[in-house]
Amino acid sequence: MLIEQLINGITLGSIYAIVALGFTLVFGVLGIINMAHGEIFMFGAFIGVLVTTSLQLPLWLGFLAAILITAVMGYMLERFALRPLRHKQGVSHLAPLISTIGVSILLENLSHHLFGAGNHPFRASFAEINFQIGSITIYLVQIVIFVISVILMMALSFWLGKTKAGKALRATAENLETASLLGVDTKRIITMTVIIASAMGGIAGILVGMAFNSVTPQMGLSMGLKGLAIIILGGMGNVKGAMAGGLILGLAETFIVVYGDSGYRDAIAFLAIIVILLIRPQGLFGQKIST
Amino acid sequence: MLKVSCIHAFYGNIQVLKNIDLQVEEGSIVTILGANGAGKTTTMKTVAGLLKPQQGKIEFLGEDVTGLRPDQLLRKGIALVPEGRQILAGMTVMENLEMGAYHRKDNEIGQDLEKVLERFPILKEREKQLGGTLSGGQQQMLAIARAILSRPKLLLLDEPSMGLAPLIVADIFKIIKEINETGTTVLLVEQNARQALKISDYGYVLEIGKIVADGKAQDLLNDPRIMEAYLGRKSS
Repeated sequence: MLIEQLINGITLGSIYAIVALGFTLVFGVLGIINMAHGEIFMFGAFIGVLVTTSLQLPLWLGFLAAILITAVMGYMLERFALRPLRHKQGVSHLAPLISTIGVSILLENLSHHLFGAGNHPFRASFAEINFQIGSITIYLVQIVIFVISVILMMALSFWLGKTKAGKALRATAENLETASLLGVDTKRIITMTVIIASAMGGIAGILVGMAFNSVTPQMGLSMGLKGLAIIILGGMGNVKGAMAGGLILGLAETFIVVYGDSGYRDAIAFLAIIVILLIRPQGLFGQKIST
Repeated sequence: MLKVSCIHAFYGNIQVLKNIDLQVEEGSIVTILGANGAGKTTTMKTVAGLLKPQQGKIEFLGEDVTGLRPDQLLRKGIALVPEGRQILAGMTVMENLEMGAYHRKDNEIGQDLEKVLERFPILKEREKQLGGTLSGGQQQMLAIARAILSRPKLLLLDEPSMGLAPLIVADIFKIIKEINETGTTVLLVEQNARQALKISDYGYVLEIGKIVADGKAQDLLNDPRIMEAYLGRKSS
């Protein structure tokens, strides 16, 4: 029982971590909360439903389509909602935040229009496959989600830590002006960051769809707020913090359902924000350093 | 090599630079002197592309480079070591140095890195440490080393001696002189006027956004009015 719940918690937590990584990358580089991230995530989930359930195509094609489409959405977000507001005199520093809220409302309504308001099931062909180890049941879906999340996090860490482009991103996140003095085309890095973050959101969308077998136009908002909670928990703009924060939240939610009251499940994230802001306002992983 | 003509620059509605003209000859060291708020840093930011001038023209190696971005200017050979050094505090010393060579595509980067680490043994000692953990003097050396790794033709140094102990200041000026001797042209902004003029060929004096005097460094050093007004020596 305990181990099963631990596995559930880690599965959920690794998805949360992927969502939070998208938030934290954009925050690190642009210093803004991308309120449209949750909705881009939701679109990723719907693309997954469309490809695998409606078109009956294999899951990997669903991932591919979701990655491509959410990446394009990320590009459009940067190009039309964020870039025009940057470095303009008289533009409030809150403007990009409001702009992303606008995009999130647009996307939510668009998905109502395109997909309908109802709940769409997301059935992976291997949804029923499970393994029995003693008294523990593990579903293949859980393993797939966990493995994809871990690979994604490892790839991102490697990319940020070891590659030239990743280092340029970290330099830009730390100090945009210095990065540009070192020859980094910061405009390109910003665009790239929003695209990568959005594509990660798209992947997370499919993973959530698979985990809960349910996709709705409203799922973006709650996931967006949780992502926000996680990066406050882990430290704004901090990559390790987003990963750890995601796992902590996933485990906490799972255990409150089992040992406490399932009604409080969604409250955990916000309780965590309050506690963290009181005790350690900079988040678990300290200052704004992006590794 | 660098020719700045009739530059006017603003922060918002406030005019910071009024009709600045200056020239830097290839191979020389040129110093800009002036009190706080005279517009020295603004001049450097404008030359490095961080600030776009409202009016005027900046030519580098005979080419009009007015309004280019810092990363584009770096590719043309202008590198700025900004005021306050701006080390990437969350990246290691090595990563900071690697970022210096970010725009280069040649295969001599490794060789240059080694040369720089040899010249600055303290950086080699701390190559795995985070940039933010270095002392002020070490950070300044890292900032200069990082800029050298971009192989600049013109190196802009904004107050490299700021906040450093006198012994380290002397060291920094020695390093600047050495860099110049290897063929890099240097434009320097300094509060530490006497020491800066001693290594310079030419100097400009800036006052509230205007150039009020210029001349050979030696002449400026010997000009009692300038010494009194800008170099802090009381007339007796």
